[in-house]
Amino acid sequence: MAWSNQDKTAIVGIGSTDYYMRGKSWPRTINDMAAEAIMNACADAGISHKQIDGFAYYSTAGAGYLDKFDTASLMETLGMPHISYSATLTSGGGGCPGAIGLATAGLMNEDCTYTVTLMALQQLPQHRLGVVFGSAAPSPENSFLQPSGLVGPGHLMSVLARRHMHLYGTTQGAFGEVVMATRANTHNRPKAIRKAPLTKEEYDESVMLADPLRRLDFCLETDGAVAVITTTMDRAKDCRHKPAVVHACAHGGQREWGRAFAWMGMPDPHFASSGHKFTADRIWAQSGLSAQDMDVALIYDHFSPMVLMQLEDYGFCEKGEGNDYVLSGKLRYDPETGTGVNGGVPVNTHGGNLNEAYIIGMTHIVEGVEQVRGTAINQVKDAEFALVSGGPASLPVSSLILRKD
Amino acid sequence: MTYGPARALPGDQIKITTNPDTEPFWQAAKEHKLTACECGECGHFRMPPTAVCPECGSREKKWPSLPGTGTIFSFAICNKNPKNGEDYIYVPVVVDLDGAPGTRLNANVSGCDADDVHIGMKVVVDWTPIQDGWVLPNFRKA
Repeated sequence: MAWSNQDKTAIVGIGSTDYYMRGKSWPRTINDMAAEAIMNACADAGISHKQIDGFAYYSTAGAGYLDKFDTASLMETLGMPHISYSATLTSGGGGCPGAIGLATAGLMNEDCTYTVTLMALQQLPQHRLGVVFGSAAPSPENSFLQPSGLVGPGHLMSVLARRHMHLYGTTQGAFGEVVMATRANTHNRPKAIRKAPLTKEEYDESVMLADPLRRLDFCLETDGAVAVITTTMDRAKDCRHKPAVVHACAHGGQREWGRAFAWMGMPDPHFASSGHKFTADRIWAQSGLSAQDMDVALIYDHFSPMVLMQLEDYGFCEKGEGNDYVLSGKLRYDPETGTGVNGGVPVNTHGGNLNEAYIIGMTHIVEGVEQVRGTAINQVKDAEFALVSGGPASLPVSSLILRKD
Repeated sequence: MTYGPARALPGDQIKITTNPDTEPFWQAAKEHKLTACECGECGHFRMPPTAVCPECGSREKKWPSLPGTGTIFSFAICNKNPKNGEDYIYVPVVVDLDGAPGTRLNANVSGCDADDVHIGMKVVVDWTPIQDGWVLPNFRKA
């Protein structure tokens, strides 16, 4: 059944700071970066930031993993006269595109008129995401995980990747192709961190951090802020750019995935998956579309194997066939024709978390907006539908379909 | 690539915390008894231990003695001690526990080379003293 809020809201503004290597944004403060991203997004929309009256966060309103956004502080910083909606999805980066659904809930409830969703990230040495899990005092729950030395996200993901290799014959070569295919999209992007084309030899020589995963299978560690503005379709018509219409949006997941790699209890086939199947099925039901209807896929890529597993969960290929799908070049974007390669749907035309910047998923939303506006640097020809995913992580995970107006 | 012997991480670096739902597991471990949380009414096993049976909703718990054996479900090979960054080959394993269907423990395996660890490998519990007098269940190749 079609989603009752289908095509009723749109993303109308996108804004960001520069992207910095981890820790290099100092002496800027995290609120300074957040404010710049919000003001840039409002300027892009053609509104004043003082018109923002709604906040729809994810990651439990986290700014990175140790800082927190607080709506009152942002109002004080930016001089917003009043707010009438302030809400967050729980858990972590899995909720990123789902926050646009949260914004839609506030807008359709007539609680607010212009809603901002944002992330700011500043990984000063003591705030480095990769070490946050390991340095935290173990909770009673985490006392069943942390003593094993599975302390960084890469450790955790390598165990899932290993199981996928065992069950389906998936190869490290496919993980490398995820990295190389998306790296090929950053050479012309001024703000991208990693722009040099990546060869198979360079990938194979990348240091093994958590066997079977190499350093280049891990996403970048970057600082920066990104904000997007969502509003109702009637207001969107008056904004500066063509609206990126919110066609479907869902967050959640099923019990078998649950806390995911924070407990490792998932039964097969969920263990060697991205945990997105339940949410994928929801957005396809909401929209009546399928993976093959997407013109571009912006797939959350904190670790390369999780791209492959999401492609399976969203139905770009069958479960267990991700290896062959990836290795046949179907993630690639052909700049000559502005289309996919070998019948595939181009993935992460912005380079993703692996190559452009890691702002916990927000850059994927920005790319989705630019693709359906028709203004992307690596524009997919006649792009009508863009899929954006968040996670994979503890539930909720989420996804979003943006439609060209 | 050859890693060589898999070692458990040093117990003197490891700390745990407990709550009333999880403490019986750790008290049993102190006595070198491997247990898992079993529903006192419907017999469903769950790990980590939680307050309520996810199947039937009961708060009754049992803590049966398990055989102490299991099967490696998946693993990673890591090469740095996470506490100090020094070179250290250890193999975190996810183990399906015999006698408690559906439950797993995350631990280290030793008694073999890291290169020889594989999914489906049989393991037996190996007790590692850790901080504050607690004891951690790790595993050795069976």
